[in-house]
Amino acid sequence: MKAFLSLIRRDLRLAQRQGGALATALGFYLVIVATLPLGLGPDLNLLSRIAPGVLWVALLLSSLLSADRMFNEDYEDGALEAIALGPLPLELVAFAKAIAHWLSVGVPLVLLAPLLALLLNMDGRAYGPLVLTLAAGTPAVSFLAGIGAALTLGMRKGGLLLPLLILPLYVPILIFGVSAIDAVVTGPGGFATPFSILCALTLASAVLAPLATAAALRLNLS
Amino acid sequence: MITDPAIRLIVNDLAVARGTRIVFAGLGFEVASGEALTLVGPNGVGKTTLLRAIAGFLPAAHGTVALAGGDTERSVGEQSHYVGHLNGIKPSLTVSENLTFFADFLGGDRAMTASAASQLALADLEDVPAAYLSAGQKRRLGLARLICAKRPLWLLDEPAVSLDAASQKILGGMVAAHLAEGGMAIAATHTLLGWGEGKTLDLGRMAAADAL
Repeated sequence: MKAFLSLIRRDLRLAQRQGGALATALGFYLVIVATLPLGLGPDLNLLSRIAPGVLWVALLLSSLLSADRMFNEDYEDGALEAIALGPLPLELVAFAKAIAHWLSVGVPLVLLAPLLALLLNMDGRAYGPLVLTLAAGTPAVSFLAGIGAALTLGMRKGGLLLPLLILPLYVPILIFGVSAIDAVVTGPGGFATPFSILCALTLASAVLAPLATAAALRLNLS
Repeated sequence: MITDPAIRLIVNDLAVARGTRIVFAGLGFEVASGEALTLVGPNGVGKTTLLRAIAGFLPAAHGTVALAGGDTERSVGEQSHYVGHLNGIKPSLTVSENLTFFADFLGGDRAMTASAASQLALADLEDVPAAYLSAGQKRRLGLARLICAKRPLWLLDEPAVSLDAASQKILGGMVAAHLAEGGMAIAATHTLLGWGEGKTLDLGRMAAADAL
């Protein structure tokens, strides 16, 4: 447990010192959401209707920007070799790394989302569900991103390959996240069903994704 | 942690392949508690491959690596320190933050970080970010994890790279102290480091003998 926490603490400290990852993610999120109305024209009803979906998709893309850093720096400076020989199994290393990524990038993005929703004239009833679904879904985003980060380790331009590998895995999260919000705004279904499935997806990815990530790490260390 | 006096590393009939190429095969040796083994041989003969195979990064194509008398719950790698060509330190953390992470993560003792820093002549640099260190200082910081967490087996791949004469002497002293406590060390090196190098394994001669 001490090793687990010390790894999360170190990663958070590194994220805070370097700062670049978070600033890029937040900036990218803002830019996508701010540019979109320019392309769609000033139709407030349209914007308001698509706002939850746009905020979700833009968040997925923004969090992927920093995902390739999750293991790459440790791989390049040799820290991953030292970490691999630690008492913590690689599966838990992958879990800790994903948690650190979520805390340093996912949570700030979720907090920014309601502000960006203002830009899209989102329905007032959707704010609560938006934050709830994003908060429940973003851990899965980080867990799954870990698989891509581990697979593209040491690859030049791996950052470009990663979204291709991982975005398809985000589809269920996106569908249930957005449909939970829509259920509140337009009905007729309930919020609870899609939201429960979203939570289930997060829990399943928390268990399964670290296994895949650890396997990819072992492959890349050999 | 007291190292078991009966601990020994047993490498039995080891073969390692990279892709389809067999790097070495039929390699067997033992390193007993308090013993050092120096790997020599020309570049590309498999010194790093052997160290990485012992650490468990590379799967053995044939044969076994075992620590007799070690912790049966842990793999050989988890009872070893592997210091490769890369130092494994984070440039944006300070020297003492790097040391504290090694101690916490590798299951060592935080109290040892101060002694590691002073042994490796890094005590004056504790609050300096590792990015500002010179190549030799970075190497010393990378080697400091050997002290931060006690482990019976040290796997050192060219440990003396970018170290000056004084630092090489410090490293030699560290290894000698580790051996005196009953530890084991396997080092691939071109420079003699003065820990009483012990046995030598010439991978180059082995490969030549295979070819005959």
